[in-house]
Amino acid sequence: MNPRIRQLFGLLILLFGLLVGFTSYWSIFDADGLKANKANKRLLLEEQRIRRGLIFASDGTVLARNRITGSGSTRFFRRFYPVGNLFSDAVGYNFVRQGRAGLERSYNSDLTDETDEFQRILDQLRGQQREGNDVLTTLDPAAQRTAIAELAGRTGAVVAIEPQTGRVRVMASVPSFDSNAIPTEFARLSRAPGAPLFDRVTQSGYPPGSTFKVVTAAAALDSGKFTPQSVLSGRSPRTIGGVPLRNFGGEQFGSIDLTTALTHSVNTVWAQVGERVGKRTMFDYMQRFGFNSKPRIDLPRDEVRASGVFQNGKLLDDSDAIDIGRVAIGQERLLVTPLQMAMVVAAIGNGGKLERPHLVDRIKDPDGTTIRRIKPSQESEVMKPATAQALASMMSQVVKEGTGTAAALQGIDVAGKTGTAEISGPVNQAWFIAFAPVSSPRIAVAVTVERTTGQGGTVAAPIAKQVMEALVR
Amino acid sequence: MRARGRELFGLIPVSFLVTAGFTAVYIARRSDLASTTLTYGALSLGLCLVVHLFIRHMLPDADPYLFPLAALLAAFGLVMIYRIDVGLARQQAGWFVAGIVFFVATVVWLRDVRVLERYRYVIASIGIVLLMLPRLPVIGSQVNGAYLGVDLGPIAFQPTEFAKLCIVVFLASYLFERGDVLVIGARRVLGMTLPPLKHFGPLIVVWGVTMFLLIYIRDLGSSLMFFGAFLALLYLATGRLFFVLSGMALFVAGSWVIAGAIPHVHQRIDIWLDPWKHAESSGYQIAQSLFAQADGGLFGQGLGESLLKLPGGGSIVPAPHTDLIYAVITDELGLFGAAAIVLTYLLFAERGFKVASLAEDGFLKLLASGLTVVFALQAFVIVGGVTRVIPLTGVTLPFVSYGGSSIVANFVLLALLLIISDHSRSERLRRASPVVR
Repeated sequence: MNPRIRQLFGLLILLFGLLVGFTSYWSIFDADGLKANKANKRLLLEEQRIRRGLIFASDGTVLARNRITGSGSTRFFRRFYPVGNLFSDAVGYNFVRQGRAGLERSYNSDLTDETDEFQRILDQLRGQQREGNDVLTTLDPAAQRTAIAELAGRTGAVVAIEPQTGRVRVMASVPSFDSNAIPTEFARLSRAPGAPLFDRVTQSGYPPGSTFKVVTAAAALDSGKFTPQSVLSGRSPRTIGGVPLRNFGGEQFGSIDLTTALTHSVNTVWAQVGERVGKRTMFDYMQRFGFNSKPRIDLPRDEVRASGVFQNGKLLDDSDAIDIGRVAIGQERLLVTPLQMAMVVAAIGNGGKLERPHLVDRIKDPDGTTIRRIKPSQESEVMKPATAQALASMMSQVVKEGTGTAAALQGIDVAGKTGTAEISGPVNQAWFIAFAPVSSPRIAVAVTVERTTGQGGTVAAPIAKQVMEALVR
Repeated sequence: MRARGRELFGLIPVSFLVTAGFTAVYIARRSDLASTTLTYGALSLGLCLVVHLFIRHMLPDADPYLFPLAALLAAFGLVMIYRIDVGLARQQAGWFVAGIVFFVATVVWLRDVRVLERYRYVIASIGIVLLMLPRLPVIGSQVNGAYLGVDLGPIAFQPTEFAKLCIVVFLASYLFERGDVLVIGARRVLGMTLPPLKHFGPLIVVWGVTMFLLIYIRDLGSSLMFFGAFLALLYLATGRLFFVLSGMALFVAGSWVIAGAIPHVHQRIDIWLDPWKHAESSGYQIAQSLFAQADGGLFGQGLGESLLKLPGGGSIVPAPHTDLIYAVITDELGLFGAAAIVLTYLLFAERGFKVASLAEDGFLKLLASGLTVVFALQAFVIVGGVTRVIPLTGVTLPFVSYGGSSIVANFVLLALLLIISDHSRSERLRRASPVVR
């Protein structure tokens, strides 16, 4: 009987080998597949056990912190946003069911201190609890409050960037939402009128109206084809792209120079400039300003959209049939984000150099030591410093005596440009973009108000004025 | 006395495991645990020493490795249960005491296992009654659709754990007596030895009983364990592979038919084939088991480090201390820890078969083999269920899972193996050296 016993033992070895084989399959070979399985909530729960890092505003205000429930092995951290809806678009949220958005998402690995496996084992051996790193943002609560107060419930967006560094100081989108309401009201918020969950600063594509004339001006001056003193006819209407184009209100101008044409936002002049500069050069300068690709801001890639000429949601390039004269005055199928327009003025304000916009300044470990600093990094050299200077003085005329006088600050020179894109009948998309002070710019802003009967100069410029006031003084 | 020295030596790794395991869990979960809980570990080590001294006195020549291997499994289980729930670890230590009492009683009363042969029909009847208890009204209890428990108010137990001992004793004695008959008159057809048709009788009867069990207690795992043990013993007794193959075919065919008729069995198989379709409902258990194993990786997350509790306080892995304890072990100790457990069972089986090989009496050979096979198959059924080798069913992981019935029954099983071993080895020693030492 003993040989049979040995055979039986052989069979058992096979069976138990099967067990080890299956265990290794689940624990090693298919582990990534199982972790990615949508029924697997372990990773999300695991992250709730980590004390997530805090998020601060530039003045030290806490924008996101943790509330602790339970103790010991049932201790979980849940996110709480003390300032409610003040920075909900930029900061975003982090909850088990709804996932995460905004900085909570783009800085998740810092906030949860995602270290490598080796480091994790070392920490475990030392008995250390995993603790997230704090994120210090560049955001300014006072200016943000001003922006939201000035929008006064009107649907729109305000963004303010420091031209020399790319630090984002204000990022306001109205209507907004309270990050704390996400777990309970997500379904309602995602269907609510006005789309409060939508960050208009980075995700809304609006027709830019006349604010786009500064892009045209940059291309015209920097390419050497025009100077601020170049004279063109401001007669209205004028045939552009085979179709008659009128000035705003049908206003007539004689032969005027480009400074005057920008000050009074003369469509017919700038459309001619656009046609003479040409599609290729226009697209070249648009690209230098950051159009036609997603701005490389430190927010999740899919929460940012590109600006440019769109056809059925698809970006067009200079090989497509485009009425470049109308693009030059911000019409055609041009759609831009407020962030992109802020980048345009910031580049002009920074002597033609575009800095990459960013919302985070520093990452600090739980002991308070800075472990990473987000340094300014130049995105592109859009135009020569001389071009930028010439354009700046043209834009300061807009605020001194042109369409943007409502943005003038006491004792501080402001360079700006208004925009009023006609949506339908009396309903406009009002714009104002500006930087100040002109001599050494410290802030660049883009303001837009949706579906208003007013114009850029009357609706958007006063908002920009207050926000600049809050940030420059 | 060299055997007992080796046994004592074999307990050293057990003491290391208990000490290191309890310390690791205590450090990882300091905030949840009182330092007095460490005494459960010390208590279990003390019990090991007591059992060792008892074996030294009563069964001096018994196999020296069986007890340390069982103690290793028990220590593994106690550390895991300590990590899962401190209160359960205290009770489990209590069950060890009860198990040892039964162990001692078995050794003291049953000096010669061969007496069991005489009572085989009584024992078989007890086994059948035990299996039927869970379906009786009032005292029977159903867990997850299977009838495996009995609830007598203050005492609740799992009769299958004890029934497996009775069934193995009966099968061993029956096949020992009739095994030869089954082979007589065999013809060879196509190179295979076919027994005469009438001798298929016992096979058909046991198969029928197993199928009845499957319908009756609705537990595929227990049925597989019993029928597997039967086929193993049938092969050992007759040496006819044909019996085994036709038995397997019958089992698969029977289960197929029954699965079609009984929704609970059918559902278990469905979940096994595609757990993701119902990962939130009926497939939750196996899905969570696999997710837990995926988190383990090669070395595991460390004792006390894995995710076990939900924010509400419940356990994310269902039944972490019983059915799914293997998944928690893989999560915390990784593939290495899990493989160590499987290897320990294999080593235990190796020693069990060694006991069977050395036994002089055919009945004892069959009995020792049967006990070993049923023990190993039980481990295979639950680990196989947890790792999706076979459908997941509710049997315990012997010596590791929490539970009084399981601990007590397996201690009795260990006692039977040690008695057989002691008997045959002392006989051999006597013959090898006739001079009285």
